[in-house]
Amino acid sequence: MIYLQLFLSFFKIGLFGFGGGYAILSLIQSEIYSYGWMSAQEFTDMVAISQMTPGPIGINAATYVGYTSRGSVLGAVVATFAIILPSLIIMLTLCRIYFRLKDNRYVAAVLQGLRYIVIGLIAAAALSLMTKENFIDAWSYALFAAVFVCTAAFRMNPIFLILLCGVAGMVIYS
Amino acid sequence: MCNPNISSTFAVSMAQSAKIYWEMFASFLKIGAFTLGGGYAMIPLVKDEVVDKKKWIEEEEFLNMLALAQSAPGVMAVNTAIFIGYKMRGWKGVVCTTLGSILPSFVIILLIATVFIRFKDYPLVEAAFKGIRPAVVALIAAPLLKMAKSAGMMETERQKSKDRYHILLSWVLLLVPITAALLIWLLDVSPILIICITIVAALSVVLLRDLRERRAGR
Repeated sequence: MIYLQLFLSFFKIGLFGFGGGYAILSLIQSEIYSYGWMSAQEFTDMVAISQMTPGPIGINAATYVGYTSRGSVLGAVVATFAIILPSLIIMLTLCRIYFRLKDNRYVAAVLQGLRYIVIGLIAAAALSLMTKENFIDAWSYALFAAVFVCTAAFRMNPIFLILLCGVAGMVIYS
Repeated sequence: MCNPNISSTFAVSMAQSAKIYWEMFASFLKIGAFTLGGGYAMIPLVKDEVVDKKKWIEEEEFLNMLALAQSAPGVMAVNTAIFIGYKMRGWKGVVCTTLGSILPSFVIILLIATVFIRFKDYPLVEAAFKGIRPAVVALIAAPLLKMAKSAGMMETERQKSKDRYHILLSWVLLLVPITAALLIWLLDVSPILIICITIVAALSVVLLRDLRERRAGR
């Protein structure tokens, strides 16, 4: 049963995951919270691990959730296959009709609308991670502000920043 | 009678066709293994491999492919792999490129997941993650400023107008994603519902405009 749930959840995520990268996080959150597969804290850890390892975040998340929700490799296979299945179906169809559709006003309008709404999806993902488990004290807010500025203003490398905050965490909390 | 020449060319062409499948798999395996951060970070790697080195597609087609991979739902790196696999060798090509692009993430994450679950209660690991968690939230939130700015500018540019009214309008339009974020965050509205509403709304705007123009035309 859980394999079917995993399949359906990640199929939905693959089907509606427009905008790539972080935009897909909001969908993953809404699915995994509704089944209680992970807490906000575990989800944040997973995003950190995804950031530090190679490969697309959607695939990393599918593999991780698939494995941890069931503790089995089969769960990882099911979730990963399910998230790429809509891509397979849609890309193969689009490859054939795309060049006729490219200048279509309806397609252009939908893409423009989605480009706006993706901002909201990413904002929702960030807001729902601002929980008490993730922000335990004043140090948390200081680290948040520092990383925000380093990323937004100075474009610093995210992996470097995660490692730095890991070291900071070891110094502060142990 | 079996001509040795024919059988040897047959063997050569068999080997060559096996070789191209292997090459497609290996190229995307390499891209998957060396793309940190995913999404847009992999574009230069794919271009280098597929356009410059292997010359599987032309530069112009590469740009079209990017547009396609970005418009379609799902993971962009996988969409790219599917396009090139299909263009090169149809279904079999798709299997090679897609497997290549997801295999590194899959294996690495499995290894980490098994190890991390065992080590995450160690005090030092726990302390590190206490520092990392707020950083992750900041990493997700930081690109929002730039995205909002470029969405606002996009709209003004499209209308080819710089008067105050249109600039104001483009910023007012940002209320839409803000409302969506609040609905998802505070009221647990499903993001899928929000996406569906966006698609329907965008289609109806163009449809209404078309109808009005047609009526005005008569």
